[in-house]
Amino acid sequence: MDSAEQHLTSYKTLGLVLAALLVLTGVTIGVSYIDLGMFNVFIALGIACTKVSLVLLFFMHLKYESKAIKFSLIGTICFLAIMISFIFWDVAFRH
Amino acid sequence: MARQPDQTGIRIGMWLFLYTEIILFGGLFVLYAVYFYDYSSDFAKGGKELNRIIGSLNTIILLVSSCTVAASITAIRQEAKKLCLLLLATSFLCGIVFLINKYFEWGHKFAHGIYPNSPTLTSGPHGQNIFFGLYYVITGLHGLHVIIGLTLLTLSFVRVYQDKITAQRFSLLENSGLYWHLVDLIWIFVFPLFYLIL
Repeated sequence: MDSAEQHLTSYKTLGLVLAALLVLTGVTIGVSYIDLGMFNVFIALGIACTKVSLVLLFFMHLKYESKAIKFSLIGTICFLAIMISFIFWDVAFRH
Repeated sequence: MARQPDQTGIRIGMWLFLYTEIILFGGLFVLYAVYFYDYSSDFAKGGKELNRIIGSLNTIILLVSSCTVAASITAIRQEAKKLCLLLLATSFLCGIVFLINKYFEWGHKFAHGIYPNSPTLTSGPHGQNIFFGLYYVITGLHGLHVIIGLTLLTLSFVRVYQDKITAQRFSLLENSGLYWHLVDLIWIFVFPLFYLIL
């Protein structure tokens, strides 16, 4: 792909994404003061995953990348998921 | 005729490297998760000792710097060299402020006898020792990435200044940007896991 065809992210989009990221940071700090037991961890991780997706899609312009990069990243995340789930499988049933 | 650089190839190479970084930090987060499962109350106590305000401030600083790096790429591609340099300098400054905050944060902990293998930690609860051990390893490794990222940003700044990075050839800036965003991505997980756990 030639560089001329590459998508140009506008300042407006970048600004909106930054605003969304800052709001989500505020939400995650706010929620951490409310005791929801185990749900705190899930909410915190959920918000973190949303923020990471925003950074990946817009700042790292993954949204406009070729299939090679998109699928290889998904592959990496799958490997991470396999690693995490198998280790938890072990830890949860060890004792 | 000069050979056209393979922009996509260069980017794919950078992403492949970033995957190894994701797995590296992923492994550390798994370690954190397993010990959190075993020592959740000690981890919660340890998390309360970390300074939330500095943590939140550093999160905002990194998010802003990530945005300015992304904007610098838009600027150079629109041939706005001055704006690009200004945005890169802003990102660099944010990175430096991040490290200064980290310095004060670590220094404060050291002053309270909380550092790897300190008598306070080794004689205290086992979970607390593990929590701070992971804290120093993960934030330390992340800090090292911030330093490397800053070096890359400086290099990009100089190259833009010298007109070596242009609207047609900006792969170095783009890849430095990708690295800087990765540093941000990791911090997005570090922040709630260490600073915000109840």
